Amino acid sequence: MTSFLKELKRNRIKFLMISPAVLFYLVLAYLPMGGIVIAFKQFNYNDGIFGSPWVGFENFRYFWESGQLFQVTINTILYNAAFMIINNGLEIVIAIILAEMAGKYLRRFLQSAIFLPYFISWVVVGAFVYNLFNFEFGSVNTLLKSLGADPIDVYSNSSAWIWIILFFSAWKSVGYGTVFYLAAIMNIDNETYEAAEIDGANVFQRIRHITLPALVPTIIILILLSVGNIVRGDFQMFYQIVGDNGLVFDKTDVIDTFVVRSLLTIQEFGMSAAAGVYQSVLSFVIIITVNYFVRRVEKDYALF
Amino acid sequence: MRLRYDRFLFNLLGYSFVGLFAVLCLIPFYMVIIGSLTSQESIVSDGYRLWPGQFSGAAYQLLGESAGALLRAYGVTIIVTVVGTAAGLFITAMTAYVLNAKDFKYRNYFAFYFYFTTLFSGGLVPWYIMIVKYLHLKNNLLALIVPLLLNVFYILIMRSFMSAIPEAIKESARIDGAGDFTIFVRLMLPLLKSALATIGLFIALNYWNDWFNTMLFIDRENLYNLQYYLFQILSKLEFVNAAMMQAGIAMPTMPSDAYKMAMTLVATGPIVFLYPFVQRYFVQGVTIGAVKG
Repeated sequence: MTSFLKELKRNRIKFLMISPAVLFYLVLAYLPMGGIVIAFKQFNYNDGIFGSPWVGFENFRYFWESGQLFQVTINTILYNAAFMIINNGLEIVIAIILAEMAGKYLRRFLQSAIFLPYFISWVVVGAFVYNLFNFEFGSVNTLLKSLGADPIDVYSNSSAWIWIILFFSAWKSVGYGTVFYLAAIMNIDNETYEAAEIDGANVFQRIRHITLPALVPTIIILILLSVGNIVRGDFQMFYQIVGDNGLVFDKTDVIDTFVVRSLLTIQEFGMSAAAGVYQSVLSFVIIITVNYFVRRVEKDYALF
Repeated sequence: MRLRYDRFLFNLLGYSFVGLFAVLCLIPFYMVIIGSLTSQESIVSDGYRLWPGQFSGAAYQLLGESAGALLRAYGVTIIVTVVGTAAGLFITAMTAYVLNAKDFKYRNYFAFYFYFTTLFSGGLVPWYIMIVKYLHLKNNLLALIVPLLLNVFYILIMRSFMSAIPEAIKESARIDGAGDFTIFVRLMLPLLKSALATIGLFIALNYWNDWFNTMLFIDRENLYNLQYYLFQILSKLEFVNAAMMQAGIAMPTMPSDAYKMAMTLVATGPIVFLYPFVQRYFVQGVTIGAVKG
């Protein structure tokens, strides 16, 4: 304690300088963690967190019995697993091709085009979805009709949304991820490539035996980060792409859309808090477990 | 030069693949531009198409005549982005400075204090209640600024940038009698211009593209930001009708579907316009994050 006071006196300016950020996370992250008790209460707005009556596990039971818990958990995990595989796969392939390209300007143009969607808000992506997949006059349906095929009725066909969501997830994030892999490729020693060239290796052999092995650490780190977030759904993406269409929830509802909907439309504070706590705890357990095993196998890859 | 078949095959496959992906990335933008220039009759009879059956500038005319709400939404977004980015960037850099100070005994405890919030959270509901009930920020522009002010990863990336600056520079200033805050403002900030631009652009992009906080915390239409206003135009017919009324256009002829596309374009325009100039900063930010993080 005295050593703390001594440090406080010696470095008081540093304590002052870090205090805005400390206060920020205290108010917006740590104090709300105490708000987890809402999940065990029948919250009403006027009595606040402390005044509302305790109900034990009622909110969780309600969430469980609504039949939604299993559905939204499975959807969240399956979507995130699919994003992880498809997006990382595309990012690796595109990064390798871009790195091998000879024409500087063409490479720069292509990379810019692929990175552009990252900068667009999800609302604008929602407008794109409207333009492309709207049932009455979306361009994709216009195209299908002109080819003599049946248009896709996105209002009731929930399976169609799986493809639309997978497409736009890749569309928006692959450019960003490609930069990660490009950075890793640029770090590879050029002499290795030159030596392979002299030994007569062709492009595919060089990629197979030099580039890909060099990317393994980046792949592992990015996969680990995704696994840690596997029960966290991207609310903005799902909400803007799909909207609030109850007919397709079986294939499109994830934990986060469920929480926001319960909070904003039915004002079901208790149950949405319970769903949030369920998600946070599950996510925390997954991160700790994954990190524990990674630490045991290969310490360098552990997150902390 | 000898023709290399492996190189030929690789280029053929590679250029086609990346080229196709790049085209897919750009096509939605193109479709929106064309959609905004198509007449309502063409959209109703043929749908949105690669090339409009009948061109029309009616959507932009309408946009000009009903610009009041749009300009207000632009104003809200600009104020929030400027204030939020300036404040967020300053606090981010200041925090990173302390976390990077070798003579600060508790810096690792504080780093963990920040990092832990990315591993565990109380969820959306307690956070929402904190802002609405205890901070009383409903229908207040601060509710759009505060939530996006800080991000743990930006603080950590900023710390990596700072750790690249030699300690000797700080040491010599300290011998001249400069305190921490002076060293930070006078010495570190000017040396970190490129890092500040990078992180600042990330923060600014988050503010510019935000609509979620407006959805949660803002009920009053005159406080809607740009993206949320666009969302209302896209999803609620009454918002389009209000614009039509303002412009005095009769219902049957209203170019509502071209109008939605024109509005999308107006909300996206500045980003696409600035993109060529700022892209390299984002690449730098991601690269630093990839190497150090």
